[in-house]
Amino acid sequence: MAFSHKHIIGTQQLSREDIELILETAESFKEINQRDIKKVPTLRGKTIINLFYENSTRTRTSFELAGKRMSADTINISASGSSVTKGETLEDTAKNIEAMNADVIVMRHSCSGAPDYLAKRLTKSSVINAGDGAHEHPSQALLDLLTIKEHKGRIEGLTVAIIGDIARSRVARSDLYALKTMGATVRLAGPATMLPPGLEEMGAEVYTDINEAIKDADVVIMLRIQLEREGGNTLVPTLREYAQFFALNTENLKLAKPDAIVMHPGPLNRGVEISSYVADGSQNVILEQVENGVAVRMALLYLLAGGSDEE
Amino acid sequence: MGSKEKVILDKQAIDRAVTRITHEILEKNKGYDNLVLIGIRSGGDHLAALIREKINEIEGGQVPHGAVDVTMYRDDVGQGVVRPLGKTEIPFALDNRHVILVDEVIYTGRTIRAAMDALMDIGRPSSIQLAVLVDRGHRELPIRADYVGRNVPSARDENIQVSFDEAHQPLEVRLIKP
Repeated sequence: MAFSHKHIIGTQQLSREDIELILETAESFKEINQRDIKKVPTLRGKTIINLFYENSTRTRTSFELAGKRMSADTINISASGSSVTKGETLEDTAKNIEAMNADVIVMRHSCSGAPDYLAKRLTKSSVINAGDGAHEHPSQALLDLLTIKEHKGRIEGLTVAIIGDIARSRVARSDLYALKTMGATVRLAGPATMLPPGLEEMGAEVYTDINEAIKDADVVIMLRIQLEREGGNTLVPTLREYAQFFALNTENLKLAKPDAIVMHPGPLNRGVEISSYVADGSQNVILEQVENGVAVRMALLYLLAGGSDEE
Repeated sequence: MGSKEKVILDKQAIDRAVTRITHEILEKNKGYDNLVLIGIRSGGDHLAALIREKINEIEGGQVPHGAVDVTMYRDDVGQGVVRPLGKTEIPFALDNRHVILVDEVIYTGRTIRAAMDALMDIGRPSSIQLAVLVDRGHRELPIRADYVGRNVPSARDENIQVSFDEAHQPLEVRLIKP
């Protein structure tokens, strides 16, 4: 079964078959990450550029490792310390990278739609969205799905609660699209100021009480309170108040199914959205998510760069 | 379609060939100590399982067996459409073991080259020996099989297919003419 996408902009554009293929491919790559010699020659001679206009440790490292473990050449460009600070436009930067025959450009940007803008203007390189503003973060959603599938054996029919700053979370949006496509029930919860309008139309159940959202859930995904954004535009009175009403702790976690798993895209704000007891508890699969992230990104790079360009 | 098919090995003939190959493996290696069977996906892994059963019948012992998917090691990645990946499952160390690599059909030798590279990335076996059900010629690399079920001279535009039933038991080998 063929993979027909040239770019990965969001999970919104991915069909059920696409997602299944990505997850199966990732399962095959997982085995490599557990070997002594973590390298295969699959993408040798391919060039992957990580173009990051926003800070990132986990995602950038994960994409870099994914490329390197498949023998591709991976280069990191961050906005600070590059020609971006000299006033070059996004399109010019990307066209220059494309002129150096990059096969894949992995891009993170604070503006929603920036990767899509590039994908429409580049003729040769593939673009992978590694997070754009409050829009999408598809590789995070796919690694979430892989982690859920490994623990539950399926995705269809599960109830997944996503809790936190839904309004500014690209992870929530990508998770919502992908989980709905795969047939899961998605509950979104947070303070009313963090719940944008239109979520029901996207297929979610919306709650302002964390306890109702968690009740009988198979999976609880806690979102990070984005402290760096909280400074500029405050959506909650204080972090302490937020923690009081919306943190996941050992008490409210009991409302979920006994075998529920707890996920978090990281980095953790311990004591804000998640208590340390839960973050380190037996139900957490947070580090498995990180491990699966490398395999999922290997799958995406393979599916985009492992074929020829002829159309 | 205008293609013609001919059965060149039926179920019984395959069984006899695999039995003979198993005896040859045991003879050459003086038993099954330190042997491991690795089948190339997909098809070779089913044959490896069959050889493992036969070793158990003949000598009464269990030989570890695994499967290798060579897609990541192919020399034509990046040409044509993206190929779906299978899983490599080798849940034991290869270091200092004698590996019997098993495939259905040997043709250009490129798949075997890829499989050997894949095994070398996983460990350092003492030796790799190759067992195939059918050798159809047309080698493009200096590779030969140690154990062959049947030599089938074929034209390049012909195709050879090994079919399996739902329990992964081999059914027949067919030569398909264009």
